[in-house]
Parts: sequence; C-alpha cells; structure tokens
Amino acid sequence: MAKRTSDYGTIYRGHEGQWSWLAHRVTGVAIILFLFAHVVDTAVVGWGPEAYNRVTEVYHNPIVRLLELGLVAAVLYHAINGTKIMIIDFWPSMVRRIRPLSIASTALFVLSMVPITWIMGKGILELL
Amino acid sequence: MVVGTEPLSTESPQGRAGRERPIGGFELWAWLFMRISGLVLLVLAVGHVLIMHVADEGIDRVDFGFVATRWGSPFWRTWDWMLLSLALVHGINGLRVIILDYVRPAGLRFALNMAFYVVGFALFVLGTVTVFTFDPSKWPAAV
Repeated sequence: MAKRTSDYGTIYRGHEGQWSWLAHRVTGVAIILFLFAHVVDTAVVGWGPEAYNRVTEVYHNPIVRLLELGLVAAVLYHAINGTKIMIIDFWPSMVRRIRPLSIASTALFVLSMVPITWIMGKGILELL
Repeated sequence: MVVGTEPLSTESPQGRAGRERPIGGFELWAWLFMRISGLVLLVLAVGHVLIMHVADEGIDRVDFGFVATRWGSPFWRTWDWMLLSLALVHGINGLRVIILDYVRPAGLRFALNMAFYVVGFALFVLGTVTVFTFDPSKWPAAV
C-alpha cells in the first residue's frame, strides 16, 4: 500500500491560518476576561479619589505591568488579525492571497510591538 | 432560526480566514455584527489602548485626577461608553461562538451562555452608570 501523506506533510502541523485562528480566540478570550475586571475597577472612580487611587496603585507593580504589556499585545494582535479576516470575508477572492496576507499581518503586529515594548518596557524597568 | 450546532466549517483550511459565513437568520446577523463592530473597535479599542497604556507615560499618569479631566469632555465619555458597549457585545458573542464549538451538553452550554449574558448585562449597566454619573465636583480637593 502506498504511503499516504496529507497536503501539508506527514505530520499535521496546520496551515498558518489555523494558528492565527487559535491566536485570535485566545487573545479574544483574554481581552473579554480583562474587560470584565476593568469595568469593575473603573467603577471605583465613583467612590472618590481615595478609593480609586488605591486601585490604580496596582499598576505600579512590575508584574502587573508585564500583564499590561501582554494585554496591549493581545488587543493589537486581535485587531490586526481581525482586519485580515474582514479583508478575506468581504473580498472572497483575497483567499488566494491568504499567505501574503498572513505574513503581512504578522509582520505588522511584530513591527508595531517593537516600539511599544520599548516604551512600556522602559516604564517597567524603572519600577524594578 | 438557523442554529449553529453543525460543524462550523467543512471547507479546506485555505477556504476561509475566519468563521464560515452563516447562511441566514440570527447567525448571519451575529457574523455581520462581529465584523462591523470589529471595524469600529479597531479605532475605539486600539486608540484606547495606545492612549491609556503607551502614549505619554502610559498608565503611570492614570489616577482620579486624570479621569476627572478626561471625563470633563463629553467626547471621551461617549468614546468610552461606545467602547464599553461594543466590546461587551463583541466579546460575549465571541464567547458564545467558542462555547458552541467546545461545549456539547445542551444544559451546560445554555447555563454558560446565560451566565455570560447576565454578567455582560450587569457590567453594561455598571459601566454606563459609571461613565455618565461620574461627577468629580463631589471631591473638589482632588481635582
């Protein structure tokens, strides 16, 4: 019997679209869970400066600031990959360009994260 | 109503970038809503994140006085309220789609969906009250 291989090789590693699909879900879930907490922490502003400034104190912790960097990355990834999804959904012929589109959106994400990581990272280092 | 209990995509991996477009009914509107709200959130959410977390010292400058100044402008109150509303509906519909994919037992699926709808609605009310009733003049010393 002839050896059978899938279209993508002997080991199924998925198409790049599958990884971006997974990353889109993971970042989306992370963002909505953060939003749940964020609505509550912002509501504290209605209890006055003493209460609210105690909440914002949390952001002076370097670990929280690393999570904050992760949140910014998640929002940017979700936004850029979401744009890629919309391009293909609204102009179906763009499916033929899915590979260059995936490379372009990943590159845009990585390139935009370079200055952001630099700027936010400096603030984190100052806290150490 | 078209229900999405059947597998969401049977096409080749190259066939689509996102979710396969539903053929009609509620699921088609939900699909369309995700894209339209996504387009608006591209400005509202990315703008919010860049302003609050990256620009001009980022989160370091955020405290009661910062919020008081920012929400002194109806423009930012409207921005934040639209971001709140769209992000909650977009996010909770996203959770619904994910639950549809991974949670098979009907009772558990229903319970999870209802839990997120209730949490989402409660947070929408809380956030709306926060954005529109905030009055820093109650604490004149802080502003």
